[in-house]
Amino acid sequence: MAGIVTKKAGSGGDLRPPHISEPKIVKWILIAISIIFLCSIVLLPLIIVLFESLKNGIGLYLESIVEPDAMSALLLTITVAVITVPLNSFFGICAAWAITKFQFRGKNFLISLIDVPFAVSPVISGLIFILLLGTNSALGAWFESYNIQIIFALPGIVLATMFVTFPFIARELIPLMQAQGIQEEEAAASLGASGWKIFWRVTFPNIKWGLLYGMILCNARAIGEFGAVSVVSGHIRGETNTLPLHVEILYNEYQFTAAFAVSSLLVFIALLTIIVKSFIEWKTHQQQSQMQEVDHHG
Amino acid sequence: MANSYIEVKNINKKFGSFSAVNDVSFTIEKGKLIGLLGPSGGGKTTILRILAGLEYADSGDIYFDGQRVNEVLPQDRGIGFVFQNYALFRHMTVFQNIAFGLEVKKWPKQKVKDRVFELIELTGLSGLENRLPHQLSGGQRQRVAFARALAPQPSLLLLDEPFAAIDAKVRKELRSWLAETIAKIGITSIFVTHDQDEAVEVANEILIINQGKLEQMGSPIEIYKNPHTPFVASFIGQSTIIENFHELKGFDHEIGSTRAVVRPEFMDLGKPGEINFASAAQKAVVKNVFFRGSNWEIEVQVGNHIFYAFRSLEKEQLRVGDEVLLLIHRMYAFNDNQTVIIENRLKEDPMPVII
Repeated sequence: MAGIVTKKAGSGGDLRPPHISEPKIVKWILIAISIIFLCSIVLLPLIIVLFESLKNGIGLYLESIVEPDAMSALLLTITVAVITVPLNSFFGICAAWAITKFQFRGKNFLISLIDVPFAVSPVISGLIFILLLGTNSALGAWFESYNIQIIFALPGIVLATMFVTFPFIARELIPLMQAQGIQEEEAAASLGASGWKIFWRVTFPNIKWGLLYGMILCNARAIGEFGAVSVVSGHIRGETNTLPLHVEILYNEYQFTAAFAVSSLLVFIALLTIIVKSFIEWKTHQQQSQMQEVDHHG
Repeated sequence: MANSYIEVKNINKKFGSFSAVNDVSFTIEKGKLIGLLGPSGGGKTTILRILAGLEYADSGDIYFDGQRVNEVLPQDRGIGFVFQNYALFRHMTVFQNIAFGLEVKKWPKQKVKDRVFELIELTGLSGLENRLPHQLSGGQRQRVAFARALAPQPSLLLLDEPFAAIDAKVRKELRSWLAETIAKIGITSIFVTHDQDEAVEVANEILIINQGKLEQMGSPIEIYKNPHTPFVASFIGQSTIIENFHELKGFDHEIGSTRAVVRPEFMDLGKPGEINFASAAQKAVVKNVFFRGSNWEIEVQVGNHIFYAFRSLEKEQLRVGDEVLLLIHRMYAFNDNQTVIIENRLKEDPMPVII
């Protein structure tokens, strides 16, 4: 699971002088292996998605996308992301804040807890919610008595997605906020700013790029999540199918062109994510080097 | 005290089992520039942070202008704080940094602008108001931090190691500038430092803090001339501790202690003929010669004792192994908790002077 890498690796880094580096031939072999591997494992499948989806003409391609079930899946996917990302941002900020700015018992436990979704298989995450909120559970029955359906409906999908995507934002913010320390906030307090003002005028501007980066990753994962959502959704066509689930259904029904067409939507979202992500990486890198410079001098 | 402005009574602060501040009391008069001086980790910064309200004392009271402020938040204490690393708001320009405290206090826009430019002028930052902190030099950042702390017109300015992060050369210039500016504004100020030159040069009064305790408070001259505790005697100035000082000529005083502190400036060192009170001087052998830029530092041995004395570059150069005369004018004899100045008896014959 990506995400924890905020460092801009493309530029900078320590250039290894020749006396501790390997011979040129090793360098080129390593580069060649990496390129061939990535092309065959990553790039080729992506190209095939586009190729297959357009094989039977652009007309069929568009038709499979504007088809009602596909549109409803797209809408559901967007709805889930729109609910999940802000909620996880809020809880992520709270958790990062608590961990970096306060001393309390069980802090390490909380940090480990944040990592749980990365460690647990998404399918199991889904099952947890079935067991917790399904019709056979006490909680599920209670909700049912009020006619609120959680499992096999939007709330269940949102919960499962939140579970899987929670660590992205908190994990992104914790090291950032740790590095920044509390001095600027103390300075703001000594100048008369209240807690709320300190947050909005000092803390938030310092973490906003990191937060956005976490949100982008969280969003990408929320849109693409398959395992957990597959368990709690119930695969009701036109109702509880997200885009990845819809792709699976189409594929199982041998509608390959449609499956690839819908997949291509996900690919476009992924490409957009990468572009935005690179931009934000560049921004945070810039900010970090400023920070280092300030710390270095001061 | 009638014009005491800050009063600290018996404050204590522990971090876990470590006692950072141990029963410290002092009063500070309005308008004074005070230096908190002591070795690193001695509790100076903690005292400063307790005054600012960024840290709370476990016990004891703090009064500002007669008002008990123990529970008052830093926001409401009317203080300005200059942090060791300045803690400038990195995403704000110089102007925005200085204006922050004023905007928070909801000053009208025009007044904020006037005040910020007044401070930019005062701190010599004109033309830099739109720069971000990372575009400034260390000295400029220090000035911004100072201007930002002063902007809301605090009645007390607290500075934590304000010059520690600045190049040696700029530091000297900046500290005399800061002392002058503070004197001009007339604001009561307290700064923390571990550098005695800095404290002596800048402060009206010095508080020597060691291991969480206040060792002595007084003007730099007073502390230098009359150290109350062994720690102060050895911390201020360049000192060598001598065991069994009775063995030395002219120091057969009976004062119930055997240890003393000697400073280079209490001694004259020279070849026979260069020293005035030859009868009061000790015979010594040069062990080492160090070039110290503006003078020589000479390590000499008298019996079992080692001394460090200065010698002018104008005088004849000494070499290792030379036999010389060492005239010790005075030393600070001390036991566990007090110091006594003792003078060379042979020099001041017949009456010993004991202060």
